[in-house]
Amino acid sequence: MPVSPKQARTWKHRSWVAFLIVPPVVFMSLFVVYPILSAFAYAFYEWRGLARGEFVGLANFREVLFGATMGPTVWNAFLHNVYALVALMIIQNGGGFFLAWLLYKEPFGFRFHRIAVFVPVVLSTIIVGFLWKLFLNPNFGIVNQALYSLGLDSWAKPWLGDSSTALGALILANAWHFVGFPTLVYLAGMQRIPPDIIEAARLDGTSEWQLLRTIVWPLVAPSTTILFTLLFIGAFNWFEIPYVMVGLDGSPFGTTDVLGLVFYRTAFGNQSASIQNFGMGSALATLIFLFIVVFASMLTLWLRRREIQF
Amino acid sequence: MTALAKSSASREPISFALLAQVILIANSFIMLYPVVVMVLSAFKSTGEIFEHPFALPDFTQVQNFAKVLGETAMPTYFLNSIIVTGVSILLILVLGTMAGYAVARYESRTNTFILLFFLAGLMLPLKLAVIPLFILLRDLNLLDSRWSLIVTYTAIGLPSAVFIMAGFLRSLPAELEDAARIDGASEPRIMWSVMLPLARPPMAIAAIQNAVPIWNDFFFPLVFIQTDAYKTLPQGLTTFMGEYTTDWGMLFAGLTIAAAPITLLYIALSRQFIQGLTAGAVK
Repeated sequence: MPVSPKQARTWKHRSWVAFLIVPPVVFMSLFVVYPILSAFAYAFYEWRGLARGEFVGLANFREVLFGATMGPTVWNAFLHNVYALVALMIIQNGGGFFLAWLLYKEPFGFRFHRIAVFVPVVLSTIIVGFLWKLFLNPNFGIVNQALYSLGLDSWAKPWLGDSSTALGALILANAWHFVGFPTLVYLAGMQRIPPDIIEAARLDGTSEWQLLRTIVWPLVAPSTTILFTLLFIGAFNWFEIPYVMVGLDGSPFGTTDVLGLVFYRTAFGNQSASIQNFGMGSALATLIFLFIVVFASMLTLWLRRREIQF
Repeated sequence: MTALAKSSASREPISFALLAQVILIANSFIMLYPVVVMVLSAFKSTGEIFEHPFALPDFTQVQNFAKVLGETAMPTYFLNSIIVTGVSILLILVLGTMAGYAVARYESRTNTFILLFFLAGLMLPLKLAVIPLFILLRDLNLLDSRWSLIVTYTAIGLPSAVFIMAGFLRSLPAELEDAARIDGASEPRIMWSVMLPLARPPMAIAAIQNAVPIWNDFFFPLVFIQTDAYKTLPQGLTTFMGEYTTDWGMLFAGLTIAAAPITLLYIALSRQFIQGLTAGAVK
């Protein structure tokens, strides 16, 4: 780091540092900053296919939020994103926390269990989606087959075709796919707790539940912060699992519609019909984007405040 | 659970350990069983899958795999995934190391600004900027080509690579450079021959951390790629699944082939993978 001031001022030195800095910064500006800023700008224009029309102010936003057809669709989808977020916080992140605690004690088969819980994480969402779509097939899928073989015939259902179970099935498939991620992040967080703190609590006769609630949970708060923030961003970007498992229109009866599907439909349309509305698509993207940035920052700040230094 | 755990000893009671063991085994079963069914079903005919979904196949019937590899476009998709992932990772490492090195080893007033610039790219979901990205790539004549994916993935992966590289390079002692400077080595020479050989571990972490999401991405190919010859595995799979909806043996063979490389790599390198994929979260 300490380069002498004379040396730092030479043209040769400066051009070397510029050579290192300029390409990555230009690349990021062109392919990240420019598209994100443009997405905001595009929302204020009318679009005819790929061509930008005239400035229409907030008309696209109004249509997306309160339009006769778009409005209800968007709010319905938003509600499903919220359901998914809450359910995944409990099943995926909460489940990850408890699995991590079981693994923390390095029980028999520790390495095997740690690898097993993470295997689905490395699979593509497309593979996970198709796999569960085949498993949940009402006639031949193993889920119903297993229920029949257990004599629970009345429990068998067309899981993805039934409006009362479809969204839940998607959430469970997502939790199966990703529960390994919070598990291992929490495990890493727990392993950073000084072991003598836990040992001392145990010697004091603290119950397992008290130990978790009053010592482990507060001390892994940094892991919780990052996991909640990532899940929040992920839940409002949810697209692949619903797309693969039930299709672009959020069937049955819109019960699996989420913002990602509405955005894709609006912007890129049914590929065969090639209906594209870049103006409304950009307005929806901007709203989701602002929502994520505002709430994710608030969530992060709030969660950061409750973190304890040790 | 609480009652079981109440014990004056520092060791928890046997029954609690037993319960934990049962939960872990059940969980591992739930995690692995679907993957096992996928592989087993790939060796069965569609009829066998429907009639004996839980039976073990005899592993002699490999016609599903032969058909997937010989008669479908899966080998093309596979090759495209390898090219796109490989080139993207290479670009991420080269550009990320350049920026990370400049920020970490040369002090300047713009350092913080540049780091913040990349930090912004770390949290922003580029998925939502896909419309302008689509128009930009069309204007650059990159749409419907492998390059459209390569530049997008590089843009997504670059920020985390800059952070990993800058964080590591900052920890290296200045004496290393000073000694080389006194010996008369040029700045590029110092970077290339002195510092970078030490930076292999963070490069491996940055590479692994980005390889899985790039290899698995489905969204950007769906929007950018139309031509079958440029499709990557996840998007190719949707095409493939659409064509063979009734041949479940083929479907499972296709899924198995698509899942095999990354899963086997993960099992072989699980420690590095876990470190790489959780590195961003654990800092």
